[in-house]
Amino acid sequence: MAENFRLAEGGRIDRERPLRFRFNGMEMQGFAGDTLASALLANGIHLVGRSFKYHRPRGIMTAGPEEPNALLQLDRGGGRSDPNMRATVVELIDGLDARSQNHWPSLGFDIGAINDLLSPLLPAGFYYKTFKWPASFWKSVYEPRIRAAAGLGVAPTEPDPDRYLHRHAHCDVLVVGGGPAGLDAALMAGRAGKRVILADEQSELGGGWLARPDVPLALAGRLTELATLPEVTLLTRTTVTGYYDHGYVVALERVTDHLADPDPDLPRQRLWRIRAREVVLATGAIERPIVFTGNDRPGVMLASAARAYLNRFAVRPGTRAVVFTNNDTAYVAALDLAARGVGIACIVDARANPEGAHVAAARAAGIRVVTNAVVAGTEGRRRITQAAVARLAGDGGLAGHLGEPMACDLLLVSGGWNPNVSLFSQSRGRLRFDERLQAFVPGEAVQATSCVGACAGDFSGFDGDPAPLRPLWAVPADRPSVRAKAFVDFQNDVTAKDLGLALTEGFRSIEHVKRYTTTGMGTDQGKTSNVNALALVAEKLAKPVADVGTTTFRPPYVPLAFGAIVGHSRGALFDVVRRTPMHEIAAAKGAVFEDVGTWKRAWYFPKPGEDMHAAVARETAAVRRTAGLLDASTLGKIDVQGKDARTFLDRVYTNAWSKLAPGMCRYGLMLGDDGFVMDDGVTACLDDRHFHMTTTTGGAARVLAWLEDLLQTEWPGLEVYLTSVTEEWAAIAINGPKARDVLAPLVEGCDLAADAFPHMAWRPARIAGIAGRIFRISFTGELAFEVNVPADRGAEILEALLEAGRAHDVELYGTEAMHVLRAEKGFIIVGQETDGTVTPLDLGMDWIIAKKKGDFIGKRGLTREDLQHPDRRQLVGLLTAEPERVLEEGAQLTEAANPAVPARMVGHVTSAYHSPNLGRSIALALVEGGHGRHGQTLHVPMPSGQSIAALVTKPLFIDPEGSRLHG
Amino acid sequence: MLLIDCPHCGPRAEIEFRCGGEAHIARPASPEETSDAAWRDYLYLRRSPKGLHLERWNHIHGCQRWFNVARDTVSDEILAVYPMGSPPPDLGRT
Ligand SMILES: [Zn+2]
Repeated sequence: MAENFRLAEGGRIDRERPLRFRFNGMEMQGFAGDTLASALLANGIHLVGRSFKYHRPRGIMTAGPEEPNALLQLDRGGGRSDPNMRATVVELIDGLDARSQNHWPSLGFDIGAINDLLSPLLPAGFYYKTFKWPASFWKSVYEPRIRAAAGLGVAPTEPDPDRYLHRHAHCDVLVVGGGPAGLDAALMAGRAGKRVILADEQSELGGGWLARPDVPLALAGRLTELATLPEVTLLTRTTVTGYYDHGYVVALERVTDHLADPDPDLPRQRLWRIRAREVVLATGAIERPIVFTGNDRPGVMLASAARAYLNRFAVRPGTRAVVFTNNDTAYVAALDLAARGVGIACIVDARANPEGAHVAAARAAGIRVVTNAVVAGTEGRRRITQAAVARLAGDGGLAGHLGEPMACDLLLVSGGWNPNVSLFSQSRGRLRFDERLQAFVPGEAVQATSCVGACAGDFSGFDGDPAPLRPLWAVPADRPSVRAKAFVDFQNDVTAKDLGLALTEGFRSIEHVKRYTTTGMGTDQGKTSNVNALALVAEKLAKPVADVGTTTFRPPYVPLAFGAIVGHSRGALFDVVRRTPMHEIAAAKGAVFEDVGTWKRAWYFPKPGEDMHAAVARETAAVRRTAGLLDASTLGKIDVQGKDARTFLDRVYTNAWSKLAPGMCRYGLMLGDDGFVMDDGVTACLDDRHFHMTTTTGGAARVLAWLEDLLQTEWPGLEVYLTSVTEEWAAIAINGPKARDVLAPLVEGCDLAADAFPHMAWRPARIAGIAGRIFRISFTGELAFEVNVPADRGAEILEALLEAGRAHDVELYGTEAMHVLRAEKGFIIVGQETDGTVTPLDLGMDWIIAKKKGDFIGKRGLTREDLQHPDRRQLVGLLTAEPERVLEEGAQLTEAANPAVPARMVGHVTSAYHSPNLGRSIALALVEGGHGRHGQTLHVPMPSGQSIAALVTKPLFIDPEGSRLHG
Repeated sequence: MLLIDCPHCGPRAEIEFRCGGEAHIARPASPEETSDAAWRDYLYLRRSPKGLHLERWNHIHGCQRWFNVARDTVSDEILAVYPMGSPPPDLGRT
């Protein structure tokens, strides 16, 4: 398609570099330096999309990031698909494939446009009102249909193939915006030797200057000087998206989006995380649309946007324009357009007596200016064809049309200017309503933030002055038709009528009106609509705008790709993965792994043909028949040293540590000061001032942090040093009646005989020639040893034990078998039997609470009345009436088999397994007054309506005498 | 993201730290002589002021030391950093 609307000369495009692109399958041409929007306009395309709710034809309204309408789906090939890209900021590249969104079957003929005719049925909040009944319809019918009908673009289905990087930077001064005010700020700071970063969202610096017919020479001068300042970094194509606490600013740099064939070594985008001592906001201002009937037709454009397309991109956005304004700036656009051959049908100025240089110039140029007048309506299906002009009456209403509607294919609008205070507001700076500008301007800053240029409400650098203006938020409708629509928020299809309805229905707070009508909640975050909406609400409530206040400006200022936010943290780099020294052996033996915290732990070891159930049955049986080997390396290990180490242990554990001799270990429960169980583990006395503590796998970091907290803040007088040694040691537990027989041949320097090496002792030893430690501790109730060697020797020692165990039919077992085996003995797992509200008394572990020693953490908490209550949930065992039936963990327990709803729940299942050694199911549960309920039958109501009966027992199912432990 | 001036390491980004809640919550010296109500207050009652808040921070991904911070919860401005065990500095406000 030929570029019928490209001017023969001028503009900042590179006519030597023509680019081809496609829009909805049509081949088109543009030039390097174009945005997608300017290239489309050069090809005469205004209709680029259908609106969100009513599917109304929409065109390009702006020339910047505030664009609400021109959102396109871009495909860059290879799974690179981006929805909702603003054509006004996308730089044209060769081969770009752009498609319009939100229509079917085509942009020109869209079935969904029926919504426009049905609009009386779709008022503000319609989805709250219409789709309520029957409730079951919401999930099955309403929501899927609404989701299919709504939404603009299509989310990509393939993983994002691009790379995104994060970069951290620090500077004295961050300048946001590379227009004249920003360049001057950067120069001043740079000349003073400060480290400066200037970030600008456009492809070249210059800001508003770039939209002038002749870009001032001063621009080149400033850029030349900035280039000589070594501490100044200039970032183009970089949008500051968030301004957070303490000068922390996030900016997105589009590194290769503007390149058709980028260097594969470059990331697509780079997220800058900048800490700035001072921030200068030179973010300019955004022109306001005016709310009038039919203000959304393709061809209706902000006056400043038309000027930018004309001067910067050498595009005529139309052939005959009506200009509708309430201030001087649109006159400048009209004069520029007229000078380049665009017919100006009329300037419609809402002011009664506009005067000044620009108005005089327009009149002198022979442009018809009608004053005290407004555009009352427009016509045209896919592009504006005419605009009706009416006089304003003294009461603000309309005083009748001014002749016939004027033919036009372009309607330029200027309702005044809003300083772009989004980042200032994000920095928590307060806003002030400026009566002269009829706009919010920066007030008191909270951080080291300053605003310059139009952002600060200083329009002295502008061509034309936005003030004085006649406040004009909405033109009264001259036809009371239900279908006449005057849009406030173009992206979310919110009309002036919708705002009125919200107020009629009783909404008053602007935050509520916003949410009810969804105004300002699109991807443009209301950049062109928020102030108009506020002012309309103020008008209808007969309050000053300042009293209505603003809604919150939230980051990000413009949408970001998820890829840019996560950077490298995806896939394998998403989170840390910790593997034990014996991981590769377990993997080679076919282990299935489970995640425990950040660790990969061997869950079970299926042999060919075995499922999990069969593998766990074999592993658990082996432990009680011969012996099993478990990788226990993930347990947290803390080295505790210092002359007060013993005192410290006495204070953090519930039991007594004063008499624990070197060579012995003790199991300990750690409570919070509230009396609830926090962690457990075995601690060994290495010597009088040196202990080796173990914690649960998941609790290791938390426990270390907690103990450090106590030492640093509660007991700074204690001389104790804590060091995490979790990863220093490889640990293998050998459990089962043959444990000693397997281990003994490998051990030197240590007698494993029962009398020489009793339960809960530890000994230094050489195991398979490796110096380490052996602990006689058991988590299965079997004769057991745990071998610890330096981590780098772990694989070696496991191989040696497997070899030694072959003659005894020793099996490797995983965490699932470990869980079953400990449940058979009623041993708790912190985090499974406990949930932060369980005391040692609830667990039946009264024996572990020292009665004679002094204070310890949790002691006072335990004496609170509620923690002593006999009806607290207490740990019991459960045996189902049907032995094969395994209960569900988390299932609730009731006293009656079929209780009336709402049922009183007397407890819940914490652990439930099939026990191969018992040939039946077992479970542990916390039950109200459970210690007194042994022998009762409770019931587990299931969703099927059936209840499962279970007998309450002691939480101990195997070897109640404990004889196997001492074998 | 706050910039917190660790007394041992200097100013570092908030992600390196962990907040330990309100500062100056003294563990009663004689727990067994503390009433249930006083013990409850020690365990659970915390202020959530608008304005000056004295709070504990730990440089968990750095030196792992605890220290106190005086922060304005409205502006997030950090008004003072001071050691564990020290009384709050006089900031001329409550
Ligand atoms: Zn530090």
